[in-house]
Amino acid sequence: MNELHLPWLELGVLAPLLGAFGAALLSDSKAGRRAGLWAGAVALLATSAAWWDLAIVHVFEAHDRWDLMRYLFGRDLLVIDELSAPLLPLVALLYLLTQVTTSRMKLERFWVPGYLTSQTATMVALSSREPWLIVGMLVLGVVPIWLKLKRRGESPRVFMLYMSLMSLLLISGVGLISQFSNASFAHTAGLLLLTAGILLRAGVVPLHSWVIDLYEKAGFASALMYTTPLIGVYAALRLILPVTPTWLLTSIALLALLTALYAAGMTLVQRDARRFYCMLLLSNSALVLVGLVELNQPIGMTGALCAWLSVILALGGLGLTLRCVESRTGRISLAAYHGLFERTPMLAGFFLLTGLASIGFPGTIGFIAIELLVDGTIQVSPWLGVGLVITAAINGLAVLHAYFRIFTGKPHTETIDVRSRPRERLAILVLTLMIIGGGLWPQPGVNSRFHAAAHLIESRQDLASQSAAAPRQQPAVGH
Amino acid sequence: MIDLISNVLMSIVVLSPFLLLASIGIPAIVGYPLQERSVARGVQIAVCTGLAAACGVVLLMLITGSRLEVLELGQWVALPSETFHFHIKFVFDRLSVPFCILSFVLVGTIGAFAHRYLHREQGYRRFFLFFAIFLLGMVIASLAGTIETLFVGWELVGLSSALLVAYFQTRLNPVRNGFRVWSVYRVSDAAFLLAAVALHHLHGEGDFSGLMGSTPWPQEAAVLPGNQAFLVGLLLLVAAAGKSALIPFSGWLPRAMEGPTPSSAVFYGALSVHLGAFLLLRVSPILEASWLLSACVVMLGLGSALFAAITASVQTDVKSGLAYASLTQVGLITAEIGLGFRYLALIHIIGHACLRTLQLLRAPTLLQDYRALENAIGERLPAGRAVTPVATEPTRQWLYRMALQRGDWDARLDRWIVQPFLRFFVRMSQLEDRWLRRLDGTTPPASAEQAAGEPTAAPVHVTS
Repeated sequence: MNELHLPWLELGVLAPLLGAFGAALLSDSKAGRRAGLWAGAVALLATSAAWWDLAIVHVFEAHDRWDLMRYLFGRDLLVIDELSAPLLPLVALLYLLTQVTTSRMKLERFWVPGYLTSQTATMVALSSREPWLIVGMLVLGVVPIWLKLKRRGESPRVFMLYMSLMSLLLISGVGLISQFSNASFAHTAGLLLLTAGILLRAGVVPLHSWVIDLYEKAGFASALMYTTPLIGVYAALRLILPVTPTWLLTSIALLALLTALYAAGMTLVQRDARRFYCMLLLSNSALVLVGLVELNQPIGMTGALCAWLSVILALGGLGLTLRCVESRTGRISLAAYHGLFERTPMLAGFFLLTGLASIGFPGTIGFIAIELLVDGTIQVSPWLGVGLVITAAINGLAVLHAYFRIFTGKPHTETIDVRSRPRERLAILVLTLMIIGGGLWPQPGVNSRFHAAAHLIESRQDLASQSAAAPRQQPAVGH
Repeated sequence: MIDLISNVLMSIVVLSPFLLLASIGIPAIVGYPLQERSVARGVQIAVCTGLAAACGVVLLMLITGSRLEVLELGQWVALPSETFHFHIKFVFDRLSVPFCILSFVLVGTIGAFAHRYLHREQGYRRFFLFFAIFLLGMVIASLAGTIETLFVGWELVGLSSALLVAYFQTRLNPVRNGFRVWSVYRVSDAAFLLAAVALHHLHGEGDFSGLMGSTPWPQEAAVLPGNQAFLVGLLLLVAAAGKSALIPFSGWLPRAMEGPTPSSAVFYGALSVHLGAFLLLRVSPILEASWLLSACVVMLGLGSALFAAITASVQTDVKSGLAYASLTQVGLITAEIGLGFRYLALIHIIGHACLRTLQLLRAPTLLQDYRALENAIGERLPAGRAVTPVATEPTRQWLYRMALQRGDWDARLDRWIVQPFLRFFVRMSQLEDRWLRRLDGTTPPASAEQAAGEPTAAPVHVTS
C-alpha cells in the first residue's frame, strides 16, 4: 500500500489519547481544558495534513510512514482513503470547536479525559477498515459515555441496554462472518446480526430510542460528538454494504427511509430543543444511509457522501449553537417563545444558517448534496425520491419552527451578559465560511465524493464477482 | 464588440443583487453591521446599477433585433460520466427582461420608502438583509434559463418572504403567520423540486431551451408528450398555486400582511405573489401540451379569482382587502395563462404589480388622507353606492359568512391534514416516552403525561 510522507494518522489518534491522559493527571480544570484544546488542535492539524498528503500523493488510499501499527501488529490498521480523508479533519474540527465553545462555568462539568478518549475511539474507527478494530472502537466508545452519565448522576440503564445489545450483535456478527464461508447459513446469520447491530448504532427505527435518552441525560457535547460523526453509517459502509445481498440492501433502504420520514415528523412535535435536534439528526443520518445503499447508483451515493459532510458541518454547527444557547438559558423548551434574538443575534443567524444548510437550502453546503441524493434515488425508485423530498420539506418546517420558538417572542430579560463570546464568534465564523464556501463552490467536494463512490461501487462489484467465482473461499467482512 | 458589451451588461444585472447581499451579509456575519445610511446607499447603487444594465441589455437587443440573449455561466456542478449537471444559465427574452426590470424598479422604490419608514427601527438591517436575499432570488428566478436555476431563486424568495412576515418578531401573531407562510412555501418547494427532478429524468435535462425549443418566448413548443407534460405540469401548478396563494393555499396571503408595509407591498402586492404566475408563463408550452392541464390551470385561476373577489368585498382592513384584490387579479392572470394569452398575462402582471405597490405603500396614510379630506369639506365623505343584490338572501348570507371566514381553507387544511399528522406523531412521542421510562424503571410525573398530549406545532388561528 502507498505511504504518506509522515505518520499523520497515528499523530491524529495519539494526540487526543495523550491529551486525555494529561488532562486526567491535571487537577486544575483550566489546565485540563488547555491540554484538551492543544490535543484537539494537534489532532485537527494532523488529520488535515493526512488529507493533504493523500491528495498530493495522488492515490486512493495510503497508510502512515513509519507505521507503528505495522510494527506492532504486522498489518496496516490505520489507513486513510478518499472516503475517510475529509471525514477525519471534519470530525476533529467539530471536537475542537466543541471544546472551544465550552463556557467557563461549564468547565467543572466538562470531563476532558472522557471527551478526548471518546475522540480517540472515533478517530481510530474512522482511520480503520479492519472489522474487528471498527467493532472494537464502537464498543470502546460506549465507556466514556457510560462514565459521563454516572458522573452526572443520571441512570445509564437505557443507554447501556441498547449498547450492550449493539456490542453483542456486532461481536457475534463479525465472529460468525469471519468463521464461516459466504454460502453458509451461519454467514448469512452473522451478516444479519452485524447489520442489526450497525443499524442500532446508526439510530434506525425502531432501534433509535437510545439516542433520545442520550440527549436527555448526557451532556450536550458528549451526545453531540457520539452521534454527529455518523459512526454507525461509517461502520455500515465499511462492514456490510460492500458484501450485502441486494435483498438486504433494499430492506436497509426502506428502514432508513422510514426512519427519515418518522424522525422528520417527530421533529415537529418535540417540546424540548435537544429532542428536536436529536430527531433532526436521526432524519438526516437516515437520508445519508438511504443514499449509501444505492450501491449501483453513483449519483445517489455521491449525494449521500456529500450529505454526510453536510451533516457533520451543518448539524454539528446547529448543535453547537443550541449548546451555546443552553449555556445561557438552561434547557430550552420549544413550548414557549424565548425572544433571544435581540440578545444573541449572531447565534440566531448561525442557527438559521446551519438549520437551512441541513435541509439543503441553496447557497449552503447541503444544497447540492440533496440535489444529488434526490436525483440518484429517483433513478432507483421514484417513491424513494418522493420520500426524500417530503422528508426535506418537513425538516425545513421544523428548523424554522425551532428558530421562531427560540429567538422570537417577547425579548428575553436577563441580568448577565449573554452576547456571543470571542471563542463562539470564531467557531461560528469558521463553520459559516465552510458552509457557505462549500455551498458556492461545491465542485471540488463533489468530485472527491464521486471518486470515492465510484471506488466503493467498483470494490463491491469485485467482491461480488469473487464470491460468485469461489463461494467457499476465505469469508470477507467489508473491505 | 456588441456581444462583449452585452455579456458585461448581463453579468452586471446578475451580479449586482449578489454583491448587495454580500455587502450587507458579510459585515453582519463578522459582527460589524453597517450603518443605516451605508445600507441604503448600497441598495440604491445595486438597484440603479442592475436596472441600468438591464435597460442597456434591452437597448442592445432592440438595436440588434435579437429576441433572446443568453448568459452562459457554465456548469456549476457536473459529473460528466453520469450525465449529472447543474447548469447555470440566464436568458434575456421578452418574458424575463420585463419581469427583471419590474423587480428592480419596485425593489428600488420600496427600498427608498423603507429607508424612511423603518428609520431607527431596531430591525432595519435585518429588513434589508432579507430584502437583499429577496432581490437576488427575484433576479435569479426571472432570468433563469434552467429549471434548477429557477429553483434557487424560488427558494431564496420563499425564505425572505417568510422571515419578513415575521419581521415584528416580538409579537406572536406575525411569527405564527410567518411560520404559516413558510409551511405553504415548503409544500410549494417540494412540488417544484419533484417537477425539476421529473423533468431531468423524463428528458435528461432541465434547460428550458431543450424542453421547449430554442425559439424565443412566447413561440416555444414543448417536446414532452401529453402524459409526461401533464405530470410535470401538475407538479408545477401545485408549486405555482402555493407561491401565488391560489386556492386552497390562499390563507397565507392576508396573514402575510403582518409584515411591515414595504415588504407587504413588494411581496404580496407586487412580485412574490406573481412568481407562481411567472413560473406558469415560463413553462406555458408544457401547459399547452396537455389540454387537461390547461383546463386545470384555467379552472384554478377562475376559481381563485371568484373566491378572492367575494372575500375582498367583506374585509374590514385595507391591507386584507388589498391582499384579496391582489389574489383576484392573480387568479385572472392564471386563467389567462391557461387560455394561452401569454402577452396579455405578462402585461397584466406588470400593470397589476405597479398598481398594487402604489396602493399598499399608500395604505398606512389612507386614513389620514380621508380625515384631511373630511376636515376640508367639513362633513363625512359619502358612503359607497349600494349594489343591487343578485342572489337570494340565504345565498347572500352563506356567501357573506364564507367570505368573512376566508373560505375556511386554513381551518380545513388544519383539520384534515395538519392535525391528524401532528396527532399521530404526538402519540408516537408519548409511546416512546413510555417505552423509555419502562426501560429506565421510572414513573412519569402526572403533568408530563398531560402536557405530552398537545402538539407544539399548533395551527395558526385567524385573529383578523
